[in-house]
Amino acid sequence: MAVRAARELSDGDVVFVGIGLPNLACNLARATHAPNLVLIYESGAVGAVPDRLPVSIGDPALVTDSLGVASMADIFQFYLQGRRIDVGFLGGAQVDRYGNLNSTVIGPYSKPKVRLPGSGGACEIAVHAARVIVVAPLSPRSFPAEVDFYTSPGQAGKFGTRATLSLPGGGPTRIVTDVGILAPSVEDGELELVAVYPGIDPQAVVGKVGWPLRISGTLEPVPPPSAEELTLLRDVLDPEHLYL
Amino acid sequence: MDMREAISRFVRDGDTLVIEGFTHLICFAAAHEIIRQQRRDLTLARLTPDLIYDQLIAAGCAKKLIFSWAGNPGVGSLHGMRRAVEQGEPQPLALEEYSHFGLVARLSAGAAKLPFWPLRDYRGSDLPAVNPLIRSVECPYTKEQLATVPALNPDVTVVHAQRADSNGNAQIWGLYGVQKEAAFAASRVIVVVEEIVPEPVIRADPNRTLIPGFIVDAVVCEPWGAHPSYAQGYYDRDNAFYVGWDAVSREANGLEAWLNEWVYGVGSRAEYVEKLGEDVVARLSAKPRISEGVNYGF
Repeated sequence: MAVRAARELSDGDVVFVGIGLPNLACNLARATHAPNLVLIYESGAVGAVPDRLPVSIGDPALVTDSLGVASMADIFQFYLQGRRIDVGFLGGAQVDRYGNLNSTVIGPYSKPKVRLPGSGGACEIAVHAARVIVVAPLSPRSFPAEVDFYTSPGQAGKFGTRATLSLPGGGPTRIVTDVGILAPSVEDGELELVAVYPGIDPQAVVGKVGWPLRISGTLEPVPPPSAEELTLLRDVLDPEHLYL
Repeated sequence: MDMREAISRFVRDGDTLVIEGFTHLICFAAAHEIIRQQRRDLTLARLTPDLIYDQLIAAGCAKKLIFSWAGNPGVGSLHGMRRAVEQGEPQPLALEEYSHFGLVARLSAGAAKLPFWPLRDYRGSDLPAVNPLIRSVECPYTKEQLATVPALNPDVTVVHAQRADSNGNAQIWGLYGVQKEAAFAASRVIVVVEEIVPEPVIRADPNRTLIPGFIVDAVVCEPWGAHPSYAQGYYDRDNAFYVGWDAVSREANGLEAWLNEWVYGVGSRAEYVEKLGEDVVARLSAKPRISEGVNYGF
């Protein structure tokens, strides 16, 4: 998933980086096809070039040699709400058919089955980033027809579409999973299967989500991870296997 | 002033307390002294409750938590907080939940002494439905509906900084988080530093001063006061401690035993650091990475 997510980034993108796999993907992209990626962390690091894999989103290695450090008020008001962010990376315990994300509770809010950490910066990233890449392994439990709690807005849902809500950013445009990639359809914003990884049967993916998953007429080709990408990930970027 | 006196004089039962620091400069030394002095019924506010509020909650100091992301970063749940919320142990804990931007905006309003702060957020989210303090206002110029959050004005804010002079003119480098907003929003401000420096050292580099001494009520020098958080240029984050906290805190008696040993069992931060041991101090001590100064002349 880290390799697929890295390939979603273009050189020169200004990326709002989350902890975990997104962090690994961004640093892989920077080491391969996108050396001019600008990594911005919600903790305030701008143009970070961490020389160790950060365990937390506020790791001191994000500051050393960075281009700048901003207060969190500046990060959210000027960088994010000011629409300077090209790509936001998000995860979530649940992703639904329109790409709404839940990182708050499973079950009802007042009596949750599972209490999750909450929004953090996710809601505003989903509102403002020009596009959002979601990274989440595919399973029926994690991909219900509708999320239990709308933490971060997707393409449409019970509140309306992004257009009717006048949301400034593009919302989730790519959902990178462990078996393939989902993307919102241009007609109604519903997520459909647009790519499967080598050796994966598209029909087998359909049963892994909680709604009747449409398969795009033309599936994108997905080359397997290269030896260079794998070596970088395993030996250089995450030698202690924090995330792999 | 020493920490015992600062907490005794400026933190009271029932206060709304902010100990900020986003991953960086989280003042565990102040929290431990608050636990030792058995403050009660605090409303704790922080973007990320982190281990510091997990400890305060487990020690029975808190009745309410205002937050935007509650977890042990990269590790998992905050077990002490969850026991209070789910089982009412050691006492029930009310929750008031925002996103990061929302809570940053609350402190910005508090610092600016405005009643609320507008932000373009929460459309398409359930957060306003579960927090009635998240409201909206029509912009008088464009007619756009903007979300609003009310000012947060803590009774007391604790800020950890790398250094200050004896008047509390505090300098921070590395990640600032919302330290400045939290300090300006508060009625009382405690600044805790790694070292006290002479005033000319502060005046030689004024752009690095985040908090002016005249808003500060107490200055406490407490080396390693942020451990297991970190202070850029002084010591690294103790990631092993954060990972280990999961097992320590998973059961109530494990967490209590830790508090007995590391908080109630030591009289001060200096004793805590001594107990931490030379090996940990050596492992975490920062390597030098000196920034070249600039010309402030005219």
